[in-house]
Amino acid sequence: MKKVVVIGGGIAGMEGSTYLKSMGYDVTLIEKNSQLGGHLLKWEKLFPTMRLGKDVVNFLNDGIKISDVNVLLNTEVVKAEKNGNEYIIELNNGQKLNADAVLVATGYDTFNASQKEEYGYGVYDNVITSAELEELFTSGKTLTTPSGKVPKRIGFVHCVGSRDEKVGNIYCSKVCCVTAVKQSIEIKEKLPDVEVYCFYMDLRMFGMHFEALYREAQEKWGINFIRGRLSEACENIDHSLVVKVEDTLAGKPLKMNVDLLVLMVGIVPSQGTKDIGRIFGLEFGVNGFLKSLDQHMANSNSNVPGIFYAGTCVAPRPINNTFVDARSAAVMVASYLENYKVEGRINTINN
Amino acid sequence: MKLEGKKAIWKDYQKEIADDKYFYVRSCVRQNFFPGSETAFLKILRDELKKDVYEHPCHTTCTGIGYHGDVVPFDTAMTVVARQFALMTESGYENLVPSCITSFGLYTEILETWHHFPETENKIREYLKKATGREFKIPKNLAHASDVIFKFRKEIAAKAKHKLINKNTGESLKVVEHIGCHYSKMFPSKGVGGAEYPYVLTGMIEEWGGEIIDYPERRHCCGFGFRQYLVQANRGYSIACSKKKFDSMEPYKPDMIITNCPGCPMFLDRWQYTIKEMEGKTYGQNGEGIPVFTYEEVAGLVLGYDPWDLGLQMHQTDCEPVLDKMGVGYDKSKKRELIINNE
Repeated sequence: MKKVVVIGGGIAGMEGSTYLKSMGYDVTLIEKNSQLGGHLLKWEKLFPTMRLGKDVVNFLNDGIKISDVNVLLNTEVVKAEKNGNEYIIELNNGQKLNADAVLVATGYDTFNASQKEEYGYGVYDNVITSAELEELFTSGKTLTTPSGKVPKRIGFVHCVGSRDEKVGNIYCSKVCCVTAVKQSIEIKEKLPDVEVYCFYMDLRMFGMHFEALYREAQEKWGINFIRGRLSEACENIDHSLVVKVEDTLAGKPLKMNVDLLVLMVGIVPSQGTKDIGRIFGLEFGVNGFLKSLDQHMANSNSNVPGIFYAGTCVAPRPINNTFVDARSAAVMVASYLENYKVEGRINTINN
Repeated sequence: MKLEGKKAIWKDYQKEIADDKYFYVRSCVRQNFFPGSETAFLKILRDELKKDVYEHPCHTTCTGIGYHGDVVPFDTAMTVVARQFALMTESGYENLVPSCITSFGLYTEILETWHHFPETENKIREYLKKATGREFKIPKNLAHASDVIFKFRKEIAAKAKHKLINKNTGESLKVVEHIGCHYSKMFPSKGVGGAEYPYVLTGMIEEWGGEIIDYPERRHCCGFGFRQYLVQANRGYSIACSKKKFDSMEPYKPDMIITNCPGCPMFLDRWQYTIKEMEGKTYGQNGEGIPVFTYEEVAGLVLGYDPWDLGLQMHQTDCEPVLDKMGVGYDKSKKRELIINNE
């Protein structure tokens, strides 16, 4: 039985493992944390349907269970070498795995918001990230500011670490716009009297139903969308924040106080993605993500035969696209392992 | 406020500051605005710290005010600055220390320009050679004078006669630090602590016993802003900027303001007087203003220098409330005498 090692136990790694095992391969899924699920474990509700994140985690876990994937938790790859067509992968516990193919699904990290020094993350008490707000939702605790106050006005700052040359990330993270819309609505559901302001450059509502959610945010929930980038946030004596922003539609500067400022942090290549890329000699693209062999025709293929990609280690993707990508990657792994006739096309790209 | 967050940022913005043999270039305006400050800097460096500091009599303006006021072209500014470098080279020095923040910003901008566009440097070398016959070396180290005092803040603290502590209560004085815009806003990596949370003055204040105030309009312009003041019709905007800062810092009850720019102490000091005259409004305690100091003046007070030797009698907002809190002795009648004689 041919062996496949899948690195990373988030959505892409779990779903890819499930289908590869179902296809009849001997699959080992390696996850550095103590639990499968990745970032999704911390996400309460998902856009645009408000489905619970745990529903998706359960679905993924069912797949792993039904197909009986061998899962190694608290495990990391420290070394890899090639022996013929086979990879010998050394783990941090000293164990060695043989693999005929490797599926890299090492995912993303959220942008370190403290790099945007002018927003005061890590300096001012009541500046938090969208990921932290989601954790607060997931915890089920009452929504208060870190200072312990029930907020009366909340600001969301879009594109923190995305489309920003100053921090070196010129790409769009794809999921933050609609996440801000979703989180704004959730806040209004929990605290109907709170005023919510979203400060944005563009609203990229590309997905099915995203635009409808955006309209609902305005029409049903009265959420305010101000087009303009925040120039700075400062702390008032009562620990509320004063934000300065240019309202580019009104054509004037705007200054307001908010009790809580939520930074919509973008997606950056995870440390695991960087490490695995180095270990296997994979190519990185200009934005620091792993580079697909071809952006149109071989998204799941890498520059190294036998190594494949799934999910956000290649580029920011929403959950539905990650599912599709993982299943697609499983097919490409199978095509490689079975040497389907169509593999010749991939070799043409490679050449 | 989480101090750890600021400390993490400060770690990212350390800069190299030469420890001796400085070629010091004065500011065009500071000797009129706060005449004791540059003298105090030289005294501290030479007498207290035993450093070699050289001033060249042929040093001129760097043209920074004209450049930022849009009346001096960049090529002209670069050629004038190249001449200052030539004076430094001819004097056998390599470490340039400007007194003025705008000079520091302009020198930094020019060096960065030349770094990225070597052909521009070659062009300016030609201009200078044709105009004056001079040649120059690029400074080995460029540090603002406040960087140098920051570097030796611990040595100054070790010699302290007074601390930034209220002698009656034992509490730290609450200090507003105001950094000149041209210090690090253009090139964050060239300033101690970066652009958003500069550490250069904070480091001194902490070392000398004071407590920093972080108020909402901390980053806002002092009101000078060159064109805001130099164009007479804009002066209402200038005072509005200063007022915005005073209104913002007032709830924190600051004891004093420390600055590192020629223009900032001037405007923060003088506009307080103007606002008092116009509106009857004062921002300090007991109906007084908030005293405004240069960092050299504060270093001098810490070292026990006579306030009138430091030129504090030239401040429009009286400094005595801070002197009293620190326990600095002074001769009241001498101040009046000095002002009358100066007039």
